[in-house]
Formats: sequence, C-alpha cells, structure tokens
Amino acid sequence: MDISWFIVLSAFIFCIGAAGVMTRRSPLVILLCLELMLNAGNLALIAFSRMVGNVEGQIFALIVMVVAACEVVIGLGIIVAMYRRKLPIDVDDMAELRG
Amino acid sequence: MFFEQLLFFIAGGGAIAGAVGVVLLRNPFFSVLALVAHLISLAVLFLLLTAAFLAAAQVVVYAGAVMVLYVFVVAYVGGSDDELRPETAGPLAAIGPIFAAALLIELVIAVVGSGLSLLDSTGAKVGDDFGSPAAIGDALLTKFLLPFEAASFLLLIAAVGAVVLARKRRGLHEPADAISVADVLRSEPPAGSQKEAIG
Repeated sequence: MDISWFIVLSAFIFCIGAAGVMTRRSPLVILLCLELMLNAGNLALIAFSRMVGNVEGQIFALIVMVVAACEVVIGLGIIVAMYRRKLPIDVDDMAELRG
Repeated sequence: MFFEQLLFFIAGGGAIAGAVGVVLLRNPFFSVLALVAHLISLAVLFLLLTAAFLAAAQVVVYAGAVMVLYVFVVAYVGGSDDELRPETAGPLAAIGPIFAAALLIELVIAVVGSGLSLLDSTGAKVGDDFGSPAAIGDALLTKFLLPFEAASFLLLIAAVGAVVLARKRRGLHEPADAISVADVLRSEPPAGSQKEAIG
C-alpha cells in the first residue's frame, strides 16, 4: 500500500474526532474523541516513520501513547470528582472558567 | 500484495466505522466499545506499517488497560440514563461538522498536492527487525533516554494527580461523618459517675 493511503485515513479519523469534540457535550465522550485524534496522529507518525525507514517516528508515537494515558487518568479523575460533588456531567454547564 | 490491500481496506473501514460509532452513539458505554474496535483496527494498520511492537502495545495498553478504566468510570458515573436535554441545539451545533469537513478537505489537498515523492511509494527499504521490540528498546535506551525518563516521570505525576483528584475532600473543622470508637470513649461521662461518688 502507498503511504499516502495511510495519511489520508489518518486525516479522516482526525476530522471525525474533531467533529466529536466540537459537537458532543458529555465530557466522557469528549475524552473518547480526543483519543481518536491522538490515535490519528499516531497513525500518521508511524506511516511517516515507515516512509523514511527510520524508527524514530515510532518512538514519538510511543511517547504520544504515554501522554494520552496521562490525559485519560487526569480527565477521568476530574469527571469522578464532578460526580462526587453532584455537579452536572455536562461541559456546557461547567463554564465558570470560560474567558 | 493483493492480500495486503485487502487487509488495509478491512482494517481501515473498521477504524472509520469505530470512529463514527464513538461520535454518534448515544450511550457512552457503546461509545467505549466502538473505540475498542477502532483501536484494534488501528493495531492491524500498525502491523501493515511494520510496527510490530507498537501494534502489541496498542492492543495491550490501550484496548486493554486504558479502556478498562473508561468502562469503570462509565459504570460509576452512570452513562446515559439521565439524558437531560437534546444534544447541542442551536446554530453552534452546525458549525462543528462544517469545520471538521473543511479541515478534512484541507488535509486531503495537502496530502495530494504534497511534493514528497516517497508518499506514493510503499516506503523505504527496511530490514526484518524494523519496529521490532529490540529496535525500539535500543533506540529508547540510547538516543531517546531523556524522553523515556521524562515519560516515566509524567506517568508518576499523573498517578499522584489522579489520587489527589479522586480522594474524598473534607473541610478543616468539619466533624467526621463516621463516629469512631475513640469518639465514643472521649464523650462526656454520664451524671453520677464514679468521680462524683468519690468526691
């Protein structure tokens, strides 16, 4: 398969994730869509790594996976804290820090 | 070659179907399951790109560990039982998909019109051990030692942060909810106790 196929597929997945982040309101689903975007980035990184025949892009993708895991842990911790304080699980109602 | 293309279209279709499912499904639990299917399809694509170690890590770490965390939180918070209002009403709701479509068109134009001649090839010639655990480990522990250590430190910070966020909070002077044995012992003695009798 040509590398460009993988890049276009990664663009598709990234845009689906971006649309999800902008339209959904549940923070759980927004976190899932962020995962989609990060994974699209990973796919592009690995495709480019294959293109130039260098393993460094795969290391980059591995670090992105670590960052994604950290983001999930903190995000889910915030959601659990919101639930504990009986706050609505809805990003539109949590607009206190809006600039 | 034909087998490779067939595998690409099966896995790519699975990945896109999973992604669309994550966005469109109403129940967060089904969204999580769609994301698991998406991640496994991506692992197949990683294998096609000869990234064997990352494909394994994707299945074990992502589809295994991280998604279990999601399932637990969805079960705890309670999913979609209280769908309060219809999802995103108003003119803002239409802007998101339009923006995403514009972004997609722009990205596709960028890929198609790119001057990278290697994009239309199957990639550089690589040996059998490209992307193997040995090659990844070698790069991680020699050239990329500092990012590797920074990643481990980041994971530690995230773990501590999760504990701080999820712990039960109490005010400084608020009495504890539960009465412990020590509280019962420390309470005032009833009238006519031993001390008065002696005095």
